[in-house]
Amino acid sequence: MERKNLVAIGVVWPLISFAFFFGLWELAGWWPISVAFPPFSKTLLALLAMIADGSLPRAYLSTFQPLVIGMVLCGIAGIGFGIGMGLSRAVEWFTLPIFIILQAAPMAAIIPLITYLYGIGLTSKVLAVVFLAAPVIVMNSYKGIRNTNPSLIQMCRSFLGTKRQEVVKIVLPHAGALIFAGLRLGLAMGFIGVVIAELLITPTGIGDLITYHSSVADYPEMFAAIASIIVIAALTIHGLERLERTLFPPEIRGS
Amino acid sequence: MPGDAIVEIRGIGKIYETGVEALTNVTLAIPPGKLSTLLGPSGCGKTTLLKIIAGLIPPSAGEVWVKGKKVEGPGQERAFVFQDFALLPWANVLRNVAFGLELRGVPRERRDEIARRQIAEVGLGGFESSYPNQLSGGMKQRVGLARALAVDADIILMDEPFSSVDEQTRRKFQEELLDLLRHRQKTVIFVTHSIEEAAYLSDQIILLSPRPGTVSRIIHPNVERARSPDEIRRDKNYLDTVDEIWQILKHYVA
Repeated sequence: MERKNLVAIGVVWPLISFAFFFGLWELAGWWPISVAFPPFSKTLLALLAMIADGSLPRAYLSTFQPLVIGMVLCGIAGIGFGIGMGLSRAVEWFTLPIFIILQAAPMAAIIPLITYLYGIGLTSKVLAVVFLAAPVIVMNSYKGIRNTNPSLIQMCRSFLGTKRQEVVKIVLPHAGALIFAGLRLGLAMGFIGVVIAELLITPTGIGDLITYHSSVADYPEMFAAIASIIVIAALTIHGLERLERTLFPPEIRGS
Repeated sequence: MPGDAIVEIRGIGKIYETGVEALTNVTLAIPPGKLSTLLGPSGCGKTTLLKIIAGLIPPSAGEVWVKGKKVEGPGQERAFVFQDFALLPWANVLRNVAFGLELRGVPRERRDEIARRQIAEVGLGGFESSYPNQLSGGMKQRVGLARALAVDADIILMDEPFSSVDEQTRRKFQEELLDLLRHRQKTVIFVTHSIEEAAYLSDQIILLSPRPGTVSRIIHPNVERARSPDEIRRDKNYLDTVDEIWQILKHYVA
Protein backbone atom coordinates (compact mmCIF):
# COMPACT_ATOMS: atom_id res chain seq x y z
CA MET A 1 0.00 0.00 0.00
CA GLU A 2 2.73 2.46 1.04
CA ARG A 3 4.85 1.37 -1.87
CA LYS A 4 1.99 2.16 -4.22
CA ASN A 5 1.67 5.60 -2.67
CA LEU A 6 5.36 6.30 -3.20
CA VAL A 7 5.13 5.25 -6.84
CA ALA A 8 2.08 7.43 -7.27
CA ILE A 9 3.92 10.41 -5.74
CA GLY A 10 6.96 9.67 -7.93
CA VAL A 11 4.77 9.83 -11.03
CA VAL A 12 2.15 12.39 -10.07
CA TRP A 13 4.38 15.22 -8.87
CA PRO A 14 6.62 15.33 -11.97
CA LEU A 15 3.46 15.26 -14.11
CA ILE A 16 2.00 18.22 -12.22
CA SER A 17 5.31 20.02 -12.56
CA PHE A 18 5.43 19.39 -16.32
CA ALA A 19 1.78 20.43 -16.73
CA PHE A 20 2.48 23.65 -14.82
CA PHE A 21 5.57 24.46 -16.89
CA PHE A 22 3.97 23.71 -20.26
CA GLY A 23 0.82 25.55 -19.18
CA LEU A 24 2.84 28.69 -18.45
CA TRP A 25 4.61 28.30 -21.79
CA GLU A 26 1.25 27.99 -23.53
CA LEU A 27 -0.09 31.14 -21.83
CA ALA A 28 3.07 33.11 -22.56
CA GLY A 29 2.84 32.06 -26.21
CA TRP A 30 -0.74 33.31 -26.57
CA TRP A 31 -0.10 36.52 -24.62
CA PRO A 32 2.07 37.06 -26.77
CA ILE A 33 5.40 38.15 -25.30
CA SER A 34 6.99 38.13 -28.75
CA VAL A 35 6.03 37.09 -32.25
CA ALA A 36 9.04 34.84 -32.20
CA PHE A 37 7.75 32.96 -29.15
CA PRO A 38 5.27 30.23 -30.11
CA PRO A 39 2.94 28.59 -27.60
CA PHE A 40 3.66 25.06 -26.40
CA SER A 41 0.86 23.47 -28.42
CA LYS A 42 2.14 24.85 -31.73
CA THR A 43 5.69 23.81 -30.88
CA LEU A 44 4.52 20.29 -30.06
CA LEU A 45 2.58 20.06 -33.34
CA ALA A 46 5.62 21.32 -35.26
CA LEU A 47 7.74 18.69 -33.51
CA LEU A 48 5.33 15.91 -34.46
CA ALA A 49 5.22 17.16 -38.04
CA MET A 50 9.02 17.23 -38.24
CA ILE A 51 9.18 13.66 -36.94
CA ALA A 52 6.48 12.58 -39.40
CA ASP A 53 8.12 14.10 -42.49
CA GLY A 54 11.47 12.60 -41.50
CA SER A 55 13.38 15.88 -41.29
CA LEU A 56 14.06 15.57 -37.54
CA PRO A 57 15.28 11.95 -37.64
CA ARG A 58 17.50 12.80 -40.64
CA ALA A 59 18.92 15.78 -38.77
CA TYR A 60 19.78 13.63 -35.74
CA LEU A 61 21.41 11.02 -37.92
CA SER A 62 23.84 13.64 -39.13
CA THR A 63 24.26 15.34 -35.72
CA PHE A 64 25.06 12.07 -33.99
CA GLN A 65 27.88 11.29 -36.42
CA PRO A 66 30.47 13.77 -35.09
CA LEU A 67 29.12 13.28 -31.55
CA VAL A 68 29.55 9.51 -31.56
CA ILE A 69 32.93 9.57 -33.32
CA GLY A 70 34.17 12.30 -30.98
CA MET A 71 32.95 10.51 -27.85
CA VAL A 72 34.48 7.19 -28.90
CA LEU A 73 37.80 8.95 -29.51
CA CYS A 74 37.57 10.68 -26.13
CA GLY A 75 36.53 7.46 -24.44
CA ILE A 76 39.58 5.60 -25.71
CA ALA A 77 42.28 8.27 -25.96
CA GLY A 78 40.98 10.49 -23.13
CA ILE A 79 40.77 7.72 -20.55
CA GLY A 80 44.10 6.41 -21.84
CA PHE A 81 45.78 9.79 -21.39
CA GLY A 82 44.21 10.25 -17.97
CA ILE A 83 45.40 6.84 -16.79
CA GLY A 84 48.83 7.49 -18.29
CA MET A 85 49.07 10.82 -16.47
CA GLY A 86 47.97 9.20 -13.24
CA LEU A 87 50.53 6.41 -13.47
CA SER A 88 53.56 8.17 -14.94
CA ARG A 89 55.15 11.42 -13.76
CA ALA A 90 56.67 11.94 -17.22
CA VAL A 91 53.32 11.77 -19.02
CA GLU A 92 51.80 13.98 -16.32
CA TRP A 93 54.53 16.61 -16.75
CA PHE A 94 54.02 16.65 -20.50
CA THR A 95 50.22 16.51 -20.76
CA LEU A 96 48.70 18.02 -17.62
CA PRO A 97 49.24 21.70 -18.61
CA ILE A 98 47.58 21.11 -22.00
CA PHE A 99 44.42 19.75 -20.42
CA ILE A 100 44.31 22.39 -17.71
CA ILE A 101 44.44 25.07 -20.43
CA LEU A 102 41.85 23.24 -22.55
CA GLN A 103 39.54 22.98 -19.56
CA ALA A 104 39.77 26.71 -18.85
CA ALA A 105 39.70 28.00 -22.45
CA PRO A 106 36.39 29.24 -23.94
CA MET A 107 36.12 26.66 -26.72
CA ALA A 108 33.80 28.61 -28.99
CA ALA A 109 36.71 30.98 -29.60
CA ILE A 110 38.85 28.14 -30.97
CA ILE A 111 36.24 26.91 -33.46
CA PRO A 112 37.16 29.43 -36.20
CA LEU A 113 40.74 28.24 -35.84
CA ILE A 114 39.67 24.62 -36.25
CA THR A 115 37.66 25.57 -39.34
CA TYR A 116 40.65 27.43 -40.75
CA LEU A 117 42.86 24.36 -40.28
CA TYR A 118 40.50 21.49 -41.06
CA GLY A 119 37.81 23.02 -43.26
CA ILE A 120 34.06 22.73 -42.78
CA GLY A 121 33.69 18.97 -42.94
CA LEU A 122 33.15 16.21 -40.44
CA THR A 123 36.73 16.45 -39.11
CA SER A 124 36.18 19.93 -37.71
CA LYS A 125 32.95 18.92 -36.01
CA VAL A 126 34.50 15.84 -34.46
CA LEU A 127 37.35 18.04 -33.22
CA ALA A 128 34.89 20.48 -31.66
CA VAL A 129 33.30 17.59 -29.73
CA VAL A 130 36.72 16.26 -28.70
CA PHE A 131 38.02 19.65 -27.54
CA LEU A 132 35.00 20.17 -25.31
CA ALA A 133 34.60 16.65 -23.98
CA ALA A 134 38.21 15.52 -23.58
CA PRO A 135 39.42 17.75 -20.72
CA VAL A 136 36.83 16.57 -18.16
CA ILE A 137 37.25 12.92 -19.21
CA VAL A 138 41.04 13.11 -18.98
CA MET A 139 41.06 15.05 -15.71
CA ASN A 140 38.57 12.69 -14.04
CA SER A 141 40.52 9.60 -15.07
CA TYR A 142 43.73 11.24 -13.89
CA LYS A 143 42.27 12.21 -10.52
CA GLY A 144 40.70 8.78 -10.10
CA ILE A 145 44.11 7.16 -10.52
CA ARG A 146 45.95 9.68 -8.35
CA ASN A 147 43.47 9.42 -5.49
CA THR A 148 44.06 5.71 -4.98
CA ASN A 149 44.22 4.99 -1.27
CA PRO A 150 47.99 4.63 -0.57
CA SER A 151 47.21 2.07 2.10
CA LEU A 152 45.71 -0.25 -0.53
CA ILE A 153 48.88 0.08 -2.63
CA GLN A 154 50.99 -0.85 0.41
CA MET A 155 48.67 -3.75 1.12
CA CYS A 156 49.12 -5.01 -2.43
CA ARG A 157 52.90 -4.72 -2.19
CA SER A 158 53.04 -6.38 1.23
CA PHE A 159 51.18 -9.40 -0.19
CA LEU A 160 53.77 -9.56 -2.99
CA GLY A 161 51.60 -8.03 -5.71
CA THR A 162 53.49 -7.06 -8.87
CA LYS A 163 53.33 -3.56 -10.35
CA ARG A 164 50.96 -4.92 -12.99
CA GLN A 165 48.64 -6.46 -10.38
CA GLU A 166 48.76 -3.17 -8.47
CA VAL A 167 47.40 -1.34 -11.52
CA VAL A 168 44.88 -3.97 -12.64
CA LYS A 169 43.54 -5.06 -9.25
CA ILE A 170 43.78 -1.87 -7.16
CA VAL A 171 44.29 1.34 -9.12
CA LEU A 172 41.88 0.80 -12.03
CA PRO A 173 38.92 -0.57 -10.01
CA HIS A 174 39.45 2.25 -7.52
CA ALA A 175 39.30 4.84 -10.31
CA GLY A 176 36.37 3.18 -12.12
CA ALA A 177 33.59 5.27 -10.62
CA LEU A 178 35.38 8.58 -11.24
CA ILE A 179 36.29 7.58 -14.80
CA PHE A 180 32.67 6.74 -15.54
CA ALA A 181 31.50 10.03 -14.03
CA GLY A 182 34.04 11.75 -16.30
CA LEU A 183 32.50 10.05 -19.33
CA ARG A 184 29.05 11.25 -18.32
CA LEU A 185 30.21 14.86 -17.83
CA GLY A 186 32.20 14.56 -21.06
CA LEU A 187 29.11 13.53 -22.98
CA ALA A 188 27.26 16.57 -21.63
CA MET A 189 30.10 18.73 -22.96
CA GLY A 190 30.06 16.76 -26.22
CA PHE A 191 26.41 17.73 -26.80
CA ILE A 192 27.39 21.37 -26.35
CA GLY A 193 30.32 20.89 -28.71
CA VAL A 194 28.33 19.33 -31.51
CA VAL A 195 25.60 21.99 -31.40
CA ILE A 196 28.17 24.82 -31.35
CA ALA A 197 29.94 23.19 -34.29
CA GLU A 198 26.72 22.84 -36.26
CA LEU A 199 25.81 26.45 -35.59
CA LEU A 200 29.26 27.99 -36.12
CA ILE A 201 31.00 25.83 -38.75
CA THR A 202 28.37 24.81 -41.31
CA PRO A 203 24.72 24.27 -40.57
CA THR A 204 24.07 20.54 -40.66
CA GLY A 205 21.78 18.26 -38.67
CA ILE A 206 20.00 19.86 -35.78
CA GLY A 207 22.02 23.08 -36.15
CA ASP A 208 20.74 23.34 -39.70
CA LEU A 209 17.12 22.86 -38.56
CA ILE A 210 17.51 25.61 -35.96
CA THR A 211 19.21 28.11 -38.31
CA TYR A 212 16.97 27.37 -41.29
CA HIS A 213 13.66 27.65 -39.44
CA SER A 214 14.83 30.75 -37.64
CA SER A 215 15.85 32.40 -40.94
CA VAL A 216 12.44 31.75 -42.56
CA ALA A 217 10.59 32.71 -39.33
CA ASP A 218 9.11 29.22 -38.72
CA TYR A 219 9.37 29.79 -35.00
CA PRO A 220 7.41 26.73 -33.79
CA GLU A 221 9.75 24.49 -35.85
CA MET A 222 12.81 26.33 -34.55
CA PHE A 223 11.64 25.93 -30.94
CA ALA A 224 10.79 22.28 -31.54
CA ALA A 225 14.31 21.61 -32.82
CA ILE A 226 15.87 23.40 -29.82
CA ALA A 227 13.59 21.63 -27.35
CA SER A 228 14.30 18.25 -28.92
CA ILE A 229 18.08 18.49 -28.49
CA ILE A 230 17.66 19.64 -24.88
CA VAL A 231 15.34 16.72 -24.13
CA ILE A 232 17.61 14.18 -25.83
CA ALA A 233 20.73 15.45 -24.06
CA ALA A 234 19.00 15.55 -20.67
CA LEU A 235 17.54 12.04 -21.05
CA THR A 236 20.87 10.55 -22.18
CA ILE A 237 22.82 12.11 -19.31
CA HIS A 238 20.15 11.07 -16.83
CA GLY A 239 20.25 7.51 -18.18
CA LEU A 240 24.03 7.41 -17.75
CA GLU A 241 23.68 8.70 -14.21
CA ARG A 242 21.30 5.86 -13.36
CA LEU A 243 23.62 3.34 -15.00
CA GLU A 244 26.47 4.78 -12.94
CA ARG A 245 24.52 4.24 -9.73
CA THR A 246 23.82 0.64 -10.70
CA LEU A 247 27.41 -0.10 -11.70
CA PHE A 248 29.04 1.69 -8.75
CA PRO A 249 26.60 1.66 -5.83
CA PRO A 250 27.78 3.72 -2.85
CA GLU A 251 28.44 0.65 -0.69
CA ILE A 252 31.25 -0.61 -2.93
CA ARG A 253 32.84 2.74 -3.70
CA GLY A 254 36.31 3.66 -2.43
CA SER A 255 36.42 6.19 0.36
CA MET B 1 72.40 -11.59 19.29
CA PRO B 2 70.60 -14.82 20.19
CA GLY B 3 70.93 -17.37 17.44
CA ASP B 4 67.33 -18.56 17.55
CA ALA B 5 65.76 -15.18 16.75
CA ILE B 6 63.41 -15.28 13.75
CA VAL B 7 63.75 -11.55 13.07
CA GLU B 8 66.97 -9.64 13.75
CA ILE B 9 67.06 -5.88 13.53
CA ARG B 10 70.59 -4.51 13.31
CA GLY B 11 71.35 -0.84 13.75
CA ILE B 12 68.27 0.40 11.90
CA GLY B 13 67.99 4.14 11.32
CA LYS B 14 65.51 6.06 9.23
CA ILE B 15 65.68 9.66 8.06
CA TYR B 16 62.77 10.77 5.89
CA GLU B 17 63.24 12.92 2.78
CA THR B 18 61.82 15.81 4.76
CA GLY B 19 64.84 15.55 7.09
CA VAL B 20 62.87 14.11 10.00
CA GLU B 21 64.86 11.45 11.82
CA ALA B 22 62.32 8.81 12.81
CA LEU B 23 64.59 6.03 14.08
CA THR B 24 68.20 5.77 15.15
CA ASN B 25 70.33 2.71 15.82
CA VAL B 26 67.56 0.23 16.66
CA THR B 27 68.90 -3.23 17.42
CA LEU B 28 66.51 -6.02 18.43
CA ALA B 29 65.91 -9.74 18.31
CA ILE B 30 62.42 -11.16 17.92
CA PRO B 31 61.99 -14.72 19.24
CA PRO B 32 59.96 -17.17 17.12
CA GLY B 33 56.45 -18.18 18.11
CA LYS B 34 56.07 -15.27 20.52
CA LEU B 35 54.20 -12.00 20.52
CA SER B 36 56.48 -8.97 20.67
CA THR B 37 55.08 -5.50 21.07
CA LEU B 38 56.56 -2.21 19.90
CA LEU B 39 55.32 0.34 22.42
CA GLY B 40 56.10 4.02 22.72
CA PRO B 41 54.77 7.57 22.65
CA SER B 42 53.20 8.74 19.41
CA GLY B 43 55.74 9.78 16.82
CA CYS B 44 58.43 7.45 18.13
CA GLY B 45 58.63 5.60 14.84
CA LYS B 46 56.92 2.35 15.89
CA THR B 47 54.95 2.07 12.67
CA THR B 48 58.00 3.08 10.62
CA LEU B 49 59.99 0.27 12.25
CA LEU B 50 57.20 -2.22 11.57
CA LYS B 51 57.01 -1.17 7.92
CA ILE B 52 60.79 -1.49 7.61
CA ILE B 53 60.53 -5.06 8.95
CA ALA B 54 57.71 -5.63 6.44
CA GLY B 55 59.96 -4.40 3.63
CA LEU B 56 57.51 -1.65 2.73
CA ILE B 57 59.90 1.19 3.66
CA PRO B 58 63.66 0.99 3.03
CA PRO B 59 65.81 1.87 6.07
CA SER B 60 68.40 4.66 5.84
CA ALA B 61 70.87 2.64 7.90
CA GLY B 62 71.19 -0.90 9.20
CA GLU B 63 69.70 -4.21 8.16
CA VAL B 64 66.76 -6.46 8.97
CA TRP B 65 67.25 -10.21 8.78
CA VAL B 66 64.29 -12.57 8.69
CA LYS B 67 64.88 -16.31 9.02
CA GLY B 68 68.55 -15.83 8.14
CA LYS B 69 67.87 -13.76 5.01
CA LYS B 70 68.36 -10.04 4.59
CA VAL B 71 65.12 -8.12 3.96
CA GLU B 72 65.07 -6.38 0.57
CA GLY B 73 61.29 -6.05 0.29
CA PRO B 74 58.08 -7.81 1.29
CA GLY B 75 58.31 -11.58 1.57
CA GLN B 76 56.16 -14.73 1.75
CA GLU B 77 57.05 -15.36 5.37
CA ARG B 78 55.62 -12.01 6.53
CA ALA B 79 52.01 -10.79 6.43
CA PHE B 80 50.80 -7.32 7.40
CA VAL B 81 47.63 -6.26 9.22
CA PHE B 82 46.88 -2.59 8.59
CA GLN B 83 45.67 0.02 11.03
CA ASP B 84 43.06 1.29 8.53
CA PHE B 85 42.24 -2.32 7.47
CA ALA B 86 43.18 -1.68 3.79
CA LEU B 87 40.26 -3.70 2.42
CA LEU B 88 39.12 -3.44 -1.18
CA PRO B 89 35.73 -1.66 -0.95
CA TRP B 90 34.52 -3.21 -4.23
CA ALA B 91 35.33 -6.79 -3.19
CA ASN B 92 33.31 -8.90 -0.77
CA VAL B 93 34.74 -10.44 2.40
CA LEU B 94 35.60 -13.70 0.64
CA ARG B 95 37.63 -12.03 -2.09
CA ASN B 96 39.31 -9.68 0.39
CA VAL B 97 40.43 -12.57 2.57
CA ALA B 98 41.60 -14.51 -0.47
CA PHE B 99 43.34 -11.47 -1.98
CA GLY B 100 46.87 -12.37 -0.84
CA LEU B 101 46.44 -15.81 -2.41
CA GLU B 102 44.92 -14.25 -5.54
CA LEU B 103 48.05 -12.12 -5.96
CA ARG B 104 50.16 -15.26 -5.65
CA GLY B 105 48.23 -16.96 -8.42
CA VAL B 106 46.53 -19.63 -6.29
CA PRO B 107 43.59 -21.06 -8.32
CA ARG B 108 40.13 -19.72 -7.50
CA GLU B 109 38.67 -22.83 -5.88
CA ARG B 110 41.69 -23.50 -3.72
CA ARG B 111 41.94 -19.94 -2.44
CA ASP B 112 38.22 -19.65 -1.76
CA GLU B 113 38.37 -22.84 0.26
CA ILE B 114 41.28 -21.50 2.37
CA ALA B 115 39.56 -18.13 2.74
CA ARG B 116 36.30 -19.70 3.92
CA ARG B 117 38.18 -21.60 6.60
CA GLN B 118 39.95 -18.43 7.80
CA ILE B 119 36.72 -16.45 7.79
CA ALA B 120 35.12 -19.06 10.03
CA GLU B 121 38.16 -19.05 12.28
CA VAL B 122 38.05 -15.30 12.91
CA GLY B 123 34.32 -15.61 13.63
CA LEU B 124 32.93 -14.06 10.45
CA GLY B 125 31.15 -17.13 9.09
CA GLY B 126 28.03 -16.05 7.16
CA PHE B 127 29.53 -12.70 6.09
CA GLU B 128 31.45 -14.06 3.08
CA SER B 129 29.45 -12.07 0.55
CA SER B 130 29.19 -8.83 2.57
CA TYR B 131 31.11 -5.76 1.47
CA PRO B 132 33.53 -3.93 3.80
CA ASN B 133 31.29 -0.84 4.04
CA GLN B 134 28.56 -3.05 5.50
CA LEU B 135 30.81 -4.20 8.37
CA SER B 136 31.73 -2.61 11.70
CA GLY B 137 35.33 -1.61 12.45
CA GLY B 138 35.93 -4.74 14.50
CA MET B 139 34.60 -6.98 11.74
CA LYS B 140 36.72 -5.19 9.14
CA GLN B 141 39.82 -5.86 11.18
CA ARG B 142 38.85 -9.52 11.45
CA VAL B 143 38.83 -9.57 7.66
CA GLY B 144 42.30 -7.97 7.70
CA LEU B 145 43.52 -10.62 10.14
CA ALA B 146 41.95 -13.46 8.16
CA ARG B 147 43.68 -12.17 5.01
CA ALA B 148 47.05 -12.24 6.80
CA LEU B 149 46.39 -15.74 8.18
CA ALA B 150 45.26 -17.04 4.77
CA VAL B 151 48.72 -16.66 3.21
CA ASP B 152 50.10 -18.77 6.09
CA ALA B 153 53.06 -16.52 6.87
CA ASP B 154 55.22 -17.35 9.90
CA ILE B 155 55.38 -13.74 10.98
CA ILE B 156 52.36 -11.49 11.35
CA LEU B 157 53.02 -7.77 11.55
CA MET B 158 50.16 -5.82 13.12
CA ASP B 159 50.07 -2.03 13.00
CA GLU B 160 47.79 -0.77 15.81
CA PRO B 161 45.13 -3.21 14.63
CA PHE B 162 42.64 -2.34 17.35
CA SER B 163 43.00 1.43 17.37
CA SER B 164 39.88 2.02 15.28
CA VAL B 165 37.83 -0.57 17.14
CA ASP B 166 35.57 0.20 20.10
CA GLU B 167 36.58 -0.87 23.60
CA GLN B 168 34.30 -3.92 24.09
CA THR B 169 35.09 -5.30 20.65
CA ARG B 170 38.76 -4.73 21.30
CA ARG B 171 38.79 -6.83 24.49
CA LYS B 172 37.00 -9.71 22.85
CA PHE B 173 39.26 -9.45 19.83
CA GLN B 174 42.40 -9.46 21.99
CA GLU B 175 41.25 -12.59 23.78
CA GLU B 176 40.52 -14.34 20.53
CA LEU B 177 43.86 -13.24 19.12
CA LEU B 178 45.69 -14.80 22.07
CA ASP B 179 43.68 -17.97 21.60
CA LEU B 180 44.40 -18.15 17.90
CA LEU B 181 48.12 -17.52 18.33
CA ARG B 182 48.46 -20.16 21.02
CA HIS B 183 47.25 -22.74 18.53
CA ARG B 184 49.16 -21.52 15.51
CA GLN B 185 52.69 -20.91 16.80
CA LYS B 186 52.87 -17.65 14.86
CA THR B 187 55.43 -14.97 15.52
CA VAL B 188 53.62 -11.68 15.96
CA ILE B 189 55.08 -8.19 15.99
CA PHE B 190 52.49 -5.81 17.26
CA VAL B 191 52.49 -2.01 17.34
CA THR B 192 50.38 -0.28 19.96
CA HIS B 193 50.27 2.80 22.12
CA SER B 194 48.13 1.11 24.76
CA ILE B 195 50.08 -0.02 27.82
CA GLU B 196 47.33 -2.41 28.94
CA GLU B 197 47.11 -3.97 25.52
CA ALA B 198 50.89 -4.50 25.45
CA ALA B 199 51.01 -6.01 28.93
CA TYR B 200 48.02 -8.23 28.30
CA LEU B 201 49.14 -9.64 24.96
CA SER B 202 52.93 -9.64 24.90
CA ASP B 203 55.66 -12.08 25.66
CA GLN B 204 58.15 -9.29 25.05
CA ILE B 205 57.56 -5.54 25.14
CA ILE B 206 60.00 -3.26 23.34
CA LEU B 207 59.76 0.26 24.68
CA LEU B 208 60.83 2.92 22.23
CA SER B 209 61.99 6.41 23.21
CA PRO B 210 60.53 9.53 21.53
CA ARG B 211 61.82 10.71 18.15
CA PRO B 212 64.28 9.72 16.96
CA GLY B 213 63.06 6.36 18.24
CA THR B 214 65.47 3.88 19.71
CA VAL B 215 65.10 0.92 22.06
CA SER B 216 64.79 2.28 25.55
CA ARG B 217 63.93 -0.93 27.44
CA ILE B 218 62.84 -4.50 26.80
CA ILE B 219 60.36 -5.97 29.26
CA HIS B 220 59.29 -9.60 29.53
CA PRO B 221 55.98 -9.59 31.38
CA ASN B 222 55.84 -12.79 33.33
CA VAL B 223 52.10 -13.26 32.90
CA GLU B 224 50.70 -16.77 33.00
CA ARG B 225 48.64 -16.96 29.79
CA ALA B 226 47.06 -20.34 30.29
CA ARG B 227 44.54 -18.76 32.62
CA SER B 228 41.29 -17.02 31.82
CA PRO B 229 41.36 -13.44 30.50
CA ASP B 230 39.77 -12.05 33.64
CA GLU B 231 42.33 -13.78 35.83
CA ILE B 232 45.15 -12.38 33.70
CA ARG B 233 43.77 -8.88 34.13
CA ARG B 234 43.88 -9.30 37.93
CA ASP B 235 47.28 -10.99 37.89
CA LYS B 236 49.94 -9.28 40.04
CA ASN B 237 52.62 -9.60 37.36
CA TYR B 238 50.27 -8.05 34.81
CA LEU B 239 49.52 -5.09 37.05
CA ASP B 240 53.22 -4.68 37.93
CA THR B 241 54.15 -4.67 34.25
CA VAL B 242 51.56 -1.99 33.47
CA ASP B 243 52.95 0.11 36.32
CA GLU B 244 56.57 -0.44 35.29
CA ILE B 245 55.87 0.66 31.73
CA TRP B 246 53.94 3.70 32.90
CA GLN B 247 56.82 4.76 35.16
CA ILE B 248 59.10 4.85 32.10
CA LEU B 249 56.62 6.24 29.58
CA LYS B 250 55.44 9.11 31.76
CA HIS B 251 58.83 10.76 31.40
CA TYR B 252 58.27 10.86 27.65
CA VAL B 253 54.87 12.50 27.83
CA ALA B 254 55.47 16.21 27.79
